[in-house]
Amino acid sequence: MTDSEAPIISGKDLRVRYGSREILHGLNFDVQPGETIVILGGSGSGKSTLLRTMVGLEKPTSGEVWVGGTNLASASDAELDDVRKRIGLSFQGGALIGSMTVGENVALPLQEHTNLEASTIEVMVRIKLEQVGLLKFQHFMPSQLSGGMKKRAALARAMAMDPEILFFDEPSAGLDPIVAAGIDVLILNLKKALAVTIVVVTHELASAFLIADRILVLDGGVILAMSATEELKRSTHPRIQQFLHRVPDNNDVRDDVDHLRLFTDRI
Amino acid sequence: MPRFRMLDPLSSIGGAAENGLAYLGGLAQLLGRAGAHVFVSPLKGRLSLQRAFHQAMVIGVGAVPVVSFITFFIGVIMALQGAYELKRFGALHLVADTVAISITRELGPLVTAIVVIGRSGSAFAAEIGTMKVTEELDALETMALHPIAFLVTPKLMAMLVMMPCLTIWADLMGVLGGSVFGVIGADYTFGTYLAATRDALYMRDITTGLVKSIVFALVITGVGCQEGFRTGSGSEEVGRSTTAAVVTSIFLVVLVDLIFTAVFYVTSGA
Repeated sequence: MTDSEAPIISGKDLRVRYGSREILHGLNFDVQPGETIVILGGSGSGKSTLLRTMVGLEKPTSGEVWVGGTNLASASDAELDDVRKRIGLSFQGGALIGSMTVGENVALPLQEHTNLEASTIEVMVRIKLEQVGLLKFQHFMPSQLSGGMKKRAALARAMAMDPEILFFDEPSAGLDPIVAAGIDVLILNLKKALAVTIVVVTHELASAFLIADRILVLDGGVILAMSATEELKRSTHPRIQQFLHRVPDNNDVRDDVDHLRLFTDRI
Repeated sequence: MPRFRMLDPLSSIGGAAENGLAYLGGLAQLLGRAGAHVFVSPLKGRLSLQRAFHQAMVIGVGAVPVVSFITFFIGVIMALQGAYELKRFGALHLVADTVAISITRELGPLVTAIVVIGRSGSAFAAEIGTMKVTEELDALETMALHPIAFLVTPKLMAMLVMMPCLTIWADLMGVLGGSVFGVIGADYTFGTYLAATRDALYMRDITTGLVKSIVFALVITGVGCQEGFRTGSGSEEVGRSTTAAVVTSIFLVVLVDLIFTAVFYVTSGA
């Protein structure tokens, strides 16, 4: 990793609060262009909140979050839209628009944000679907797809605008091991084929070590480590060791209560 | 603390009033934004028009059969009920007037609105609520698409066109329903019934109905979409939103109807 390049994403004392409860307690991190970063953490660790903050779905309470040269904490709506046109997010459940076919979902950002001819858009949609192995399913409705296919379709849509940064929210959650491995391979292939920065939020250790250049370990809203995968394995931090070796907490009930409180506070 | 307990009803009335006003404020804001998007993004007007056209087919054309049947039956019912009283005064020949005026001024727009609430207002809330639960609204935002422009604006455009159209159709079907009784039970021919209807109506009777239908369109779109956006997490919340959309829409439509009828009465003396 070279320090000469400006980071494409960075957090500076980033804090996010829901109501009276602070979820992220002052995070500092940098992501270099072209890197694949995995954000690893348990339930309620704040990893989803961090992801939502990096794509502008949550506003930081204080601090800064820079994405592609814009500070999302102080960006206007128009600036936020400009950033969003340069990033793609693949949601955990796919979040495909249910009233549109898979092909129409992928075409949507292109129709809305570019002046391309319909025939060009059609070709681009086919290319993106080919890349995720769903070309045959262009005219299927999202409800006709399996969980893994939905995630692939969501990825095709996230890639539609040829983004500089691709975000993945729990790409292997809820999938059987074989399909999940397929998604990992897909992410690896994309990493090789495109010079794109990839940020993956997951709690799957195997998947994290397979695809990451560096892993950011988040626990209770603070960063425990942000290091290369091999380095992380050697870490002596008890919490990281506990996570890596899947040792249960003594006070996991407290964690569950915290998780519930986080949920109810938001409503 | 009896002193405080006495104030409880007052504070709950105040709280309810505040909530009600906040709700109406939210409604106005939502409709204002949706309306503004019609003019803000003319570049993408074609896409927006396509969506509005699709909505218009679902909201308007899809409602024609049920609106036709219901208003036709109501036309017959109004004729029967009117005739029951008119017969006692030997004024059965006024049944066409009774039906024409009650349908065009009141029942045509109101019944249409209630059918549209049941078919489309509930669907707006369910659609947007489901999209919220499945993160589709978030997905739209991360694609730099505004949920209001993408979802509400086409519905609003479609409703503003289709509600008056459906209302005119409902007026026609109501009069046809009345004519069935007129021909069978009250010495009219079909031709004389229509002529009597035409003579009984002023343009004002139809236009006041159409003005109401436009306001109803605003209320139904606003409440349906707002309830959708207010959906919490979980699928049972979608059910709650849908119910709330229907109940609140019916209440507000009748309230708006009352206000407009009173205003028309005072301003026109009729």
